Amino acid sequence: MGASGTGTDRHRFAVRVEVTPRAGIRDPEGAAIERALASLGYPDVTGVHVGKLITLSVGATDPEEARHRVDEMCRRLLANPVIEDYRIEVPGEVATERVP
Amino acid sequence: MSVRVAIVQFPGTNCELDVAHVCAGLGAQPEIVFHRETSLAGADAVVLPGGFAHGDYLRAGAIARFSPVMDAVTAFARAGGPVLGICNGFQVLCEAGLLPGALMRNAGLRFVCATVRVRVDSTRSVLTAAAEPGSVLALPVNHFEGCYTCDDRTLARLRDTERVVLRYLENPNGSLDDIAGVCNEDGNVVGVMPHPERAGDPLLGSDDGLVLLRSLCAGVVGGERSGAAVAAGR
Repeated sequence: MGASGTGTDRHRFAVRVEVTPRAGIRDPEGAAIERALASLGYPDVTGVHVGKLITLSVGATDPEEARHRVDEMCRRLLANPVIEDYRIEVPGEVATERVP
Repeated sequence: MSVRVAIVQFPGTNCELDVAHVCAGLGAQPEIVFHRETSLAGADAVVLPGGFAHGDYLRAGAIARFSPVMDAVTAFARAGGPVLGICNGFQVLCEAGLLPGALMRNAGLRFVCATVRVRVDSTRSVLTAAAEPGSVLALPVNHFEGCYTCDDRTLARLRDTERVVLRYLENPNGSLDDIAGVCNEDGNVVGVMPHPERAGDPLLGSDDGLVLLRSLCAGVVGGERSGAAVAAGR
């Protein structure tokens, strides 16, 4: 799957994927933490949600390709669209390697 | 001729022998199929048993869905073959897209391990065809991620087409509409959170699960019970 350029500069991108419960979906873990914070003396805290942070080092020719491929990974495996949303961060190139 | 039931074993599956024991007691011929297999070797029915397939990493069932055997299970299901997912197996079937919806963490973050009462709300599935409509069964549940959820449109479709096969009388996990089990459009793919195989002997407190597993096997033998199987020329 996915394009892999040959004979061009390949770069590695340190991609971060945030997976969070979909808006409106019950998040019992977030709710429990919110109650714990309230009991610790932080009653003004709302909207606590717990998700996952997935970090990947992705080889691609440019940031757009890296994002495109990770988006595909999210839809196929990393997130479940029925209950989760995801956000992809492609901060920048980490290293360059020359593909023969 | 005895019915051949393929029982899929992923790394982390832990209910395969219980299912095999009960199926054998019902006269079927159980066969454990490891997840790396690419063929179901002529099975008449498939069971994805409970456990923690691939450690439930990422999400329950998310990795298991890509196990090599799942291509064969999907093809078997699409051809109308009877497929039952129990507990973790239900989660795998949802992740694989063979059943709608998803199973989330229980409401209240409570792991539930108890015998619960469920009502047979539809007999149009291979698992419930032989059960009495409206009958109440005592079945064990044992899960942390059993809170069934789906979008409104899916729920409406499930209701309209009588695809909610089992409902909890006392909802133990916050499942939408008290759903304990659903089937696909043709009724040949079924997922349930309760464990019918753990209610297979009065000695264990209940044998209410037998009618369900007998139904699964009978659907294979009779063919009439499973419209999809007939349509697929099985």
